[in-house]
Amino acid sequence: MITHPFTYQAPSTLEEAVEELGRSGDSKVIAGGHSLLPLMKLGLAQPEALIDLRRIASLRAIRTESDGTIVIGALTTHRDIAHDPIVRAKLPALAEAAGAVGDLQVRARGTIGGSIAHADPAADEPAPALAYDATIRAVGPKGRRDIRASDYFKGTFETALADDEIIAEVRFPAPAGRSGSAYEKFAHPASGFAITGVAALVTLKADGGIERAAIGVTGAAAAAYRATAAEKALAGTNGDAKAIAAAAAKASDGIAALSDLAASSDYRKHLVTVFAKRAILRAVTRARA
Amino acid sequence: MGHTVTLTVNGTSYTREIEPTLLLVELLRETLSLTGTHVGCDTSQCGACTVLVDGRATKACTMLAVQADGATVITVEGLAKNSEMHPIQRAFAKEHALQCGFCTPGLMITAVDFLERNASPSDAEIRHAIEGNLCRCTGYHNIVNAIRSASAEMRQTAGVRPKVAAEVNR
Amino acid sequence: MTATANPTYIGARVARKEDPRLITGEGTFTDDVMLQGMAYLTLVRSPHAHARIRRIDTAAAKKEPGVVAVLTGTDLEATGMLPVFITVPSMNGSKHMPIATDKARYAGDAVAAVVADSRDAAKRAADLIAVDYEPLAVVVDASKALEPGAPIVHEELGSNLVFTYPVKGGDVDKAFKDAEVKVSQRIVNQRLIPNAMEPRAVAAKFEAGELTLWSSTQIPHFVQLIVALNLGLGQNKVRVIAPEVGGGFGSKLQVYAEELLVGHLAKTLGRPVKWTEERREGYLATIHGRDHVSDVELAAKKDGTILGLRVRTVANVGAYLQAFAPGIPTILHVFIVPGPYRIPAFDYEMRGAYTNTTPVDAYRGAGRPEAAFLIERIMDRLADEIAMDPAEVRRKNFISKDAFPFNTISGITYDSGDYAPALDRALAMADYKGFEKRRAEAKARGNYRGIGISSYVEICGLAPSKANAALGVGWGGYESARIRVHATGAVQVFTGTSPHGQGHETSWAQIAADALGVSPDDIEVRHGDTFESPGMGVGTFGSRSLAVGGIAVHKAAEKVREKVVQIGAHLLEASPADVVVEGGKVFVKGVPEKAKNFGDISMAAYLANNLPDGMEPGLEATVYYDPPNFTFPFGTHIAEVEIDGETGAVQIVRYSACDDCGRQINPMIVEGQLHGGITQGIGQALYEAAVYDNEGQLLSGSMMEYHVPSAEDVPAFALDNTVTLTNTNPLGVKGIGEAGTIGSTPAAANAVIDALSPLGIKHIDMPLTSEKIWRAIRAAGEGRR
Ligand SMILES: Cc1cc2nc3c(=O)[nH]c(=O)nc-3n(C[C@H](O)[C@H](O)[C@H](O)COP(=O)(O)OP(=O)(O)OC[C@H]3O[C@@H](n4cnc5c(N)ncnc54)[C@H](O)[C@@H]3O)c2cc1C
Ligand code: FES
Ligand code: FES
Repeated sequence: MITHPFTYQAPSTLEEAVEELGRSGDSKVIAGGHSLLPLMKLGLAQPEALIDLRRIASLRAIRTESDGTIVIGALTTHRDIAHDPIVRAKLPALAEAAGAVGDLQVRARGTIGGSIAHADPAADEPAPALAYDATIRAVGPKGRRDIRASDYFKGTFETALADDEIIAEVRFPAPAGRSGSAYEKFAHPASGFAITGVAALVTLKADGGIERAAIGVTGAAAAAYRATAAEKALAGTNGDAKAIAAAAAKASDGIAALSDLAASSDYRKHLVTVFAKRAILRAVTRARA
Repeated sequence: MGHTVTLTVNGTSYTREIEPTLLLVELLRETLSLTGTHVGCDTSQCGACTVLVDGRATKACTMLAVQADGATVITVEGLAKNSEMHPIQRAFAKEHALQCGFCTPGLMITAVDFLERNASPSDAEIRHAIEGNLCRCTGYHNIVNAIRSASAEMRQTAGVRPKVAAEVNR
Repeated sequence: MTATANPTYIGARVARKEDPRLITGEGTFTDDVMLQGMAYLTLVRSPHAHARIRRIDTAAAKKEPGVVAVLTGTDLEATGMLPVFITVPSMNGSKHMPIATDKARYAGDAVAAVVADSRDAAKRAADLIAVDYEPLAVVVDASKALEPGAPIVHEELGSNLVFTYPVKGGDVDKAFKDAEVKVSQRIVNQRLIPNAMEPRAVAAKFEAGELTLWSSTQIPHFVQLIVALNLGLGQNKVRVIAPEVGGGFGSKLQVYAEELLVGHLAKTLGRPVKWTEERREGYLATIHGRDHVSDVELAAKKDGTILGLRVRTVANVGAYLQAFAPGIPTILHVFIVPGPYRIPAFDYEMRGAYTNTTPVDAYRGAGRPEAAFLIERIMDRLADEIAMDPAEVRRKNFISKDAFPFNTISGITYDSGDYAPALDRALAMADYKGFEKRRAEAKARGNYRGIGISSYVEICGLAPSKANAALGVGWGGYESARIRVHATGAVQVFTGTSPHGQGHETSWAQIAADALGVSPDDIEVRHGDTFESPGMGVGTFGSRSLAVGGIAVHKAAEKVREKVVQIGAHLLEASPADVVVEGGKVFVKGVPEKAKNFGDISMAAYLANNLPDGMEPGLEATVYYDPPNFTFPFGTHIAEVEIDGETGAVQIVRYSACDDCGRQINPMIVEGQLHGGITQGIGQALYEAAVYDNEGQLLSGSMMEYHVPSAEDVPAFALDNTVTLTNTNPLGVKGIGEAGTIGSTPAAANAVIDALSPLGIKHIDMPLTSEKIWRAIRAAGEGRR
């Protein structure tokens, strides 16, 4: 039950949506509604106006640009991402993260744009967005701008997105060279959100050693982050189990880990290292396959 | 501000004037008196409210009714066709997959969506597919059996029996 | 020949009669009741766990559009107090009003009520009610509540002590003096939230002087009785209907404030009223279960023979005593603590304490899972201490099969039992012998694997009315049934039980079918409507329905059958002794070709112009059956777990159980009860806990925090059974509703501890979450690898 009144409209173009969003300070866009409606039902969000993006067909597609960039429309559901053959082949960590969101019904409605915009610290997709160095393309009254994922996640529900901007798409550069990636998640036993989720992307040198690594971590801290200490530790190693474990052990270095009934901050930090190790191991295995 | 919405539920088209605050599950239960869809929680966890919206298993408690304008909705009341039960319904009864029956409509709907995409699932895949549907009575053992058993029947009648979860939008 | 000697339907996997409506969405649950002109009730609940109510300002709420009435406790005193049906010795009962008037005693205590034209309007208005609270010091922990100087929940009682309940037998001091081995352990049965999937709901209308009240309840007759008494209506003017009820597990074994309020409001406002609980509201306002802290000491010989058991427990009853609350930690717990073992000396002292938390009452198993967990955990501690196989320690102490009826040291009499075969079968199913190899394989993977056994006995068949009286239960323990055969031969069974998933419509039809020689398809079983039932029913809880209510049906059916035989003999001109009632026919033994149809006999009963001399017309019978004793089902459950060595996450990889509930009426339903019960018990062992902070705020306040097991959290279950009949009742049935919950918690917990035992870990409190296990592993010095 939602008790506070609001107005609703579903414009058919992004331009109209941006215009409507600017009209009132207390309006919000709604995509899958799977973060917003639960908050509204609890009275924790009380927007005056909802602008539904569902009629804007252009936001729904997954396409590959000529330079290999895979562009995922903001309205693409977790389910469609998880099942998309291109995403599965080129961005397996994203496919796995999308497939690990909530449950079958949640994946059927929730969208990548909503997940990235909402920036729940326990959301899955921010981790691969960071690891793949994705770019968030936002459209606002002043036109469009691209925000790198690494500049985007600021804190709990806090991002670089302005209130009057709408995410149009999330752009994933195709991983170059001999690379592999994977996502590993430790889910909250009740809510299903990530207590820890780690996306790892590794690129191999010709000799099979690690050239570079990118590791996105979600669930553990106020915002998803790049585990740069672990990335550095891994780069240049031969990528054997020992090197991976040593690098993964640094994946929670320096973070202020969250703490709740399901996992204290100590435990979260520990889990980050375990799931970083598992994600990197699979990423390396994939890269070598 | 009232909104006029038109949606097809179980093959019948309905047009109603509604408030934006109305949830889809409230529209189904209170406006259309389709009370087979249940509400078991207030935080989108239990799945008792699951219906098919344009072919996808959806928690009707986490969707505004206005968002369903133009949609095709199937509820538990629409699973049987011409009084012939859907294989999932028969399987639930045969395998004793329900006790109190409160979770059952939501579980069957999730299973239909899942089985139309995955015709021969493993037990682990079945368990994963229904993780968003809580049942406090059955311990899931017989629900898994029922979904497996329905999958066998649905494989046999594939092509004969029209799919319930539409192909659109999947 | 009696019907049970050669049953056709008893023991068969008959498909459930209740399913067709439930799988098509046609079943009506209470919230599905929608009446013309209906108004909606919302309650304002205290956010404070303990606070004096200084003033309540309802003016703004009253002005909200759509509001019909805004009421506070003083406006609603006409509803009377909430009932408590059990009085144990030395009990300090609490005054419990549907709406608190003086102070709120737990977060969730109702302080005001709003009725409006719509749910939204009621909620909006509720938000406008301003309550001026004076927060008071809070006590959450039961032991702390009993310490001097603790905040007092009910000032008029002077302390938070609800009762002290001692049960003794044998010489415990001597047992501990003679002991070669002593083990002790603090054992916590944590607080749980029942989580029936259907939230509670109540609807009522008052028309022509008659109140019809729909409620999601396990005990419609008690609700009828209390609503009638409290609201000053004749019992004949209160009709309570428990329509489809979406699970109960004890949480709907109450007469709740909302039932009295909705009834009262429908009556006074002159329009239908409905209240439907929201899940988070239910976490506060529907009873919780368990919450015992026990100090357990066991005295034994080195060879594993138990000499004595001493237990001191404090049970947290919450802020008020609920309907059956005084009986759960006492009657249903203390007596069954010895379980399947011969224990020569026993000394148990149970104390109950009020705290500023949601009231605690029966949750599936209700006292017995706490008992089984306590004894089964300490048995494993003993096995560990003397380095003996846990299976053998159990076997050594089992009450032998020739010892029944067996008087336990706690003072009750077990009807029948044969515990070793159930253990042996479970061990075989679990491939217990091959386990150490699996443990080693897991170790090679960096994981810990464990196996856990639990052998239990439970008390079912509540209850002989005289035993009830002796124990302080303020009502009889009988059950009622009426069977009406219409002139056409259509059979209706009316039962006082009130199923909510247990399939009585099917099992009762099977029982009646065998007695009447007809098919269950031809029998309609009706329940959950006090205007249809035989007069008084007790209800469905405590695994009592079959062993009491099912027997009432059987007896009523036998009475009807007797009359069918008499009429048949008369019409067939034969001796009643030679008449066979079978397959819808009535005939003389050996001459089936000259049969009368069952319908011919019923028609004759109502035509009434050709009946045996002196026979009353009609064909129906009503029975109130009062059982002579309890029944004592038993079994052994074995869980095997693998623990992720890095994260501490537990997975149950194998689960085997052999249960004995006496004769099974419908094995399919028996298995279903076990599956669900086992899952709930695993929930307690591994996942579930209602957690409060020191201010009495429920931290596990929604399904996002409280972990109700999903399909991925439990395995498939391998089940087997033995059948040891009871002679307590003519069908030899015992009950199976709670066995799964009772057997599984200790099995799963023991398996986890067994897995960790190579690290020297002896015990971890439930729920055995991954973090707790990880911490224990780390503390044991093996964590970082
Ligand atoms: C039961 C349940 C379990 C869940 N489990 C998980 C989980 O395990 N992992 C996980 O990652 N998530 C989980 N979620 C959240 C889910 O993934 C959401 O779908 C997602 O976080 C938000 O996407 P949405 O499309 O539903 O957004 P909405 O709810 O529609 O919107 C969320 C917020 O983002 C804004 N917004 C939406 N789209 C845009 C856009 N294009 N541009 C700008 N702003 C926008 C909205 O204004 C709103 O503030 C769960 C949700 C539920 C209900
Ligand atoms: S009602 Fe629980 S998920 Fe919708
Ligand atoms: S059958 Fe009762 S909740 Fe599933």
